[in-house]
Amino acid sequence: MKFTLAWLKEHLETAASLAEIVDAMIAAGLEVEHVDDPAERLKAFTIGEVLEAEKHPEADKLRVCKVATKDGVLQIVCGAPNARQGLKVAYAPVGAYVPGIDVTLTKAKIRGVESHGMMCSARELELGDDHEGIIEAPNSAKIGESVAAALGADDPIIEFEVTPNRPDTNGVNGVARDLAAAGLGRLITKAPAPVKGEFPCPQAIRLDFPKGAEDACPMFAGRLVRGVRNGPSPKWLADRLRAIGLRPISALVDVTNLLTYDRARPLHVYDADKLKGDICARLGRKGESFRALDNKNYEVDETMTVIADDSGALGLGGIIGGETTGCTDETVNVFIEAAYFDPLRTARTGRKCAIHSDARHRFERGVDPAFVAPGLEMATRIILDICGGTPSDILVAGARPDASRTVAFPSSEVKRLTGIDVDPQRSEAILTALGFKVSRADPWLVDVPSWRPDIEGKADLVEEIARVVGFAALPAETLTARAAVETPKLTPAQTRRSAARRALAARGLLEAVTWSFTDERLAALFCDGPNWLAAQGLILANPISSDLGAMRPSMLPNLVAALQRNADRGRDDLALFEVAPTYASDRPEGQQTVAGGARISNPKRHWSKSERAADVFTVKADAIAAIEAAGAKIDQLQTSADAPPWYHPGRSGVLRLGPKLALGAFGEVHPRVLKAMGVDGPVFAFEAFLDAIPAAKPRATKTKPALEALELLPVRRDFAFVVDETLPADALLKAVRGAEKKLVAEVSLFDVYQGKGVPDGKKSMAVEVTLQPREKTLTDEEIDAVSKAIVAAVLKATRGSLRA
Amino acid sequence: MSDLETLERETLAKIAAAETIAALEDARVAALGKKGVVSERMKALGQLAPEERKAAGAALNVLKDKIAAAIDAKKQKLEDAALDERLATEKIDVTLPIAPSPRGRIHPVTQAMEEIVAIFSAMGFDVAEGPDIEDDFHNFTALNFPPDHPAREMHDTFFFNEKEDGGRMLLRTHTSPVQIRTMMTRKPPIRIIIPGRTFRCDSDQTHTPMFHQVEGLVIDRETHMGHLKGTLEAFCKAYFEIDSVKTRFRPHFFPFTEPSAEMDIGYERVGPKDSGEIRIGQGAKWMEILGSGMVHPNVLRNCGLDPDEYQGFAFGMGIDRLAMLKYGIPDLRDFFAADARWIEHYGFDPLDMPNLATGLSR
Repeated sequence: MKFTLAWLKEHLETAASLAEIVDAMIAAGLEVEHVDDPAERLKAFTIGEVLEAEKHPEADKLRVCKVATKDGVLQIVCGAPNARQGLKVAYAPVGAYVPGIDVTLTKAKIRGVESHGMMCSARELELGDDHEGIIEAPNSAKIGESVAAALGADDPIIEFEVTPNRPDTNGVNGVARDLAAAGLGRLITKAPAPVKGEFPCPQAIRLDFPKGAEDACPMFAGRLVRGVRNGPSPKWLADRLRAIGLRPISALVDVTNLLTYDRARPLHVYDADKLKGDICARLGRKGESFRALDNKNYEVDETMTVIADDSGALGLGGIIGGETTGCTDETVNVFIEAAYFDPLRTARTGRKCAIHSDARHRFERGVDPAFVAPGLEMATRIILDICGGTPSDILVAGARPDASRTVAFPSSEVKRLTGIDVDPQRSEAILTALGFKVSRADPWLVDVPSWRPDIEGKADLVEEIARVVGFAALPAETLTARAAVETPKLTPAQTRRSAARRALAARGLLEAVTWSFTDERLAALFCDGPNWLAAQGLILANPISSDLGAMRPSMLPNLVAALQRNADRGRDDLALFEVAPTYASDRPEGQQTVAGGARISNPKRHWSKSERAADVFTVKADAIAAIEAAGAKIDQLQTSADAPPWYHPGRSGVLRLGPKLALGAFGEVHPRVLKAMGVDGPVFAFEAFLDAIPAAKPRATKTKPALEALELLPVRRDFAFVVDETLPADALLKAVRGAEKKLVAEVSLFDVYQGKGVPDGKKSMAVEVTLQPREKTLTDEEIDAVSKAIVAAVLKATRGSLRA
Repeated sequence: MSDLETLERETLAKIAAAETIAALEDARVAALGKKGVVSERMKALGQLAPEERKAAGAALNVLKDKIAAAIDAKKQKLEDAALDERLATEKIDVTLPIAPSPRGRIHPVTQAMEEIVAIFSAMGFDVAEGPDIEDDFHNFTALNFPPDHPAREMHDTFFFNEKEDGGRMLLRTHTSPVQIRTMMTRKPPIRIIIPGRTFRCDSDQTHTPMFHQVEGLVIDRETHMGHLKGTLEAFCKAYFEIDSVKTRFRPHFFPFTEPSAEMDIGYERVGPKDSGEIRIGQGAKWMEILGSGMVHPNVLRNCGLDPDEYQGFAFGMGIDRLAMLKYGIPDLRDFFAADARWIEHYGFDPLDMPNLATGLSR
């Protein structure tokens, strides 16, 4: 919403400066977004007078002028045809920045003649489009006076954000009312005087709504004005509309726009000679359409309020008028409409038709239902003043909707909700200044003015009082402490995430944060396919772009794509992770927190030969690190080779606690997936399902079990077993560990070998077993017995035998 | 006795002359070995008369100790020399570079979020969460956005495809639905913050379709807007790690609070116009950082709470923006680009866990 300072002052008698007005608006909740003060913007430009204008000796179209300026008499070379003796001009001194041509002036020689500054055109000063010649200031202008002031172009323009709760501030008078209440001046808005009709209105109006939809347009008022002369608006009106960014159209239309901004009261004018039969406000009919003033055709339906005549729908009530019945310069008989349209229906219709008009903006937020007839009177008066004509009586269909509300208001509410002590007298004065009527019963009974649909209850009145008092009065108070030392605040799930992040970063991975959505095609590669995504409700209806159309079932597509983007920039040795949500359905429980990561590995060579490219076991370690940091007991973790299909079928695994509980997956990303993504492999990835980790059992004490520091030396023995080449290492290790649980403290697999000396289809796996005696040193016989037990256990579990 | 002196002189000379451990060992054997001269003399003591034996034995023992000490000293010296000689051959180039260990980094959003949690937990706030995919009721209706009301258009909402029953889910446009979920399941007093992902269908230089918000909610029987101001000022001081902060509360409109306010903080720009640094807490300029207000009576009612009995405040602010302001990160869009150069530059060491005892940041 924009208005000018002079416009405001038609409603507010004030001595306040522009800066004070802006500050007061901000303090009252009218958030000023932009102030354009032409006097400030154009302060470099002052009035000069051309004393002499001689032809340039070297150029026919240039003139060498002597110009009286605030800086003395200067020689200025000028190309404008209207540079003549005696003209009052807009003088720009050397050093001034001329906005319209984006140039800072310097002393110049033009075809050999020195020129000190410039005389500007309207376009050069961004005061208009005129560039035919230089500005011709009025003769009364004084040398040295500001150009903006001399041209009457110094009216500052204020733009502010109208919040949806304050439809009254869509009119300048609403702004003035707030400022007056805030103590900045006196509200001097005049109530429109009725214009006496000189004949009965010949144009019939009907409201024709089915039962239950009467509120679509409860009141429709209008009158005819005969014998008007339409045409361009007078300068004051055209200037005013231009100042706030509107294009003047014709006097009749401009008057409706004036009221839209002056009083937040949209109106519509019809060329009465183009209307056929009665004007009727009704619901639209299927198949109806009309051509609107924006030169587009719109289909209407039965949810919309249309204004129609016998020929059918003409326009959408409260949104846009029709082209066929619009006013033109030829219009002589005008029918003026002032109506009240239901905000919600207007909002729905406007959204459906995607029409953003000033009228819709106001009706959908709620116009003042008490200002329908006064608005009509006011428009009539201005039209008569500008266009002449003879007005009819006013005709009203329906009745003003009852918007009266009374709020029971204990004045102590202000203190209860804001902590500010406001004297009840002051509270009453503020409410009164804002148009409320206060009856000081106990509690107070406060009548809400018709232009404030946002006021429902006590809290709203508290805000009215507090915002006028000013939020600067809020005390700064500390919340009551609940405990001398606060208790832990994070849930175990939250703590897990933090721990997993820090553990992964400590392993050298970089934490990324990527979109929760991803390319639908990529998403389909990391779940059970596109149908699954749709069935789970994970497809967005209005994605920001087509490549962000689905909620991600896994974060891997985003991370893998990010790896490739980095590789394309030359960063082809990189590990990324993210600890964040993934989505398996649109239900709350479908959202799972996953620690996922991906690696592309091309390590730099090092003289120590210590570099090692990442592989499946690097990401297995990543996954285990995340799971362990998140609190799972990893000594019971098992690995199975049944990872989801986006992993390489032979080089991937699932980390499990028992057969049913998967805590993570890891492996090489399936080459087919990489190909579909245009990614150069190999890429290794993991996912740790943090939410699946069983909660730690609450413990009664923080005491740790006593340390068992055994005195007896452990004994180490090596075993090499020949087993089937397909045997998972896990099976062998499990067999060895289980052979003699009391003594076997540690089993470490130190060699896996296939080749000479090992039969085809077999492999050799060598383990070092640590035996920890507890009560007495082991005898050779005892060690032999354990060794035999181990060999027997391996034979039983894996059919493997000691390597000869 | 001059015989003993001679023996001593000769033996010590032999020890002194030994150049190697082996030569020294020879000297030791020659003197103190089983058949060494000193040992032989010891054996011969038995043949002396008892009164002579005592004196001669004492003298021999003194000599024996002297020789043994001389051998030990010489042995130490030879061993030191041998070690020095060996070490002199073992020189390596210690200027060779160490093998690089990869440096992991924590994303600035995580760091800022954990800083925020550290501050609010010290003020007694629990940390609550809710789903990103929400329904209309929790995201709008319960928060006093009537259906079709223009206030809904303040939020550019991502919707999911309509279901068979006509309902459609959406991506939460703010963290406020968790206010509803909390108030409907917990009795006051409530004091929570709600960090999380939020989504709006908007993308330009300063907007991304996904961003992070932290919401605050306090419901009890006494908390008013003064507490809101005190809490947020305390938060800003702690978060920006500054001694004082200038704030300005301005009336604003949010459907779910009444009265509603936006909070600005004072700042100034130091240095060049476009690349300068933003100093929070001082200066004449104002920057909006959050929206807030007293929880709307309709919202309390929608959650089954009596607005005449319970009251409290709510606020919401952008975590990404807070991180940008504190750490001088210029562009919001970079947060989500997963560019390794950016993460390494703006990210944090995993050992830097935000903690009020040590100060939030290094």
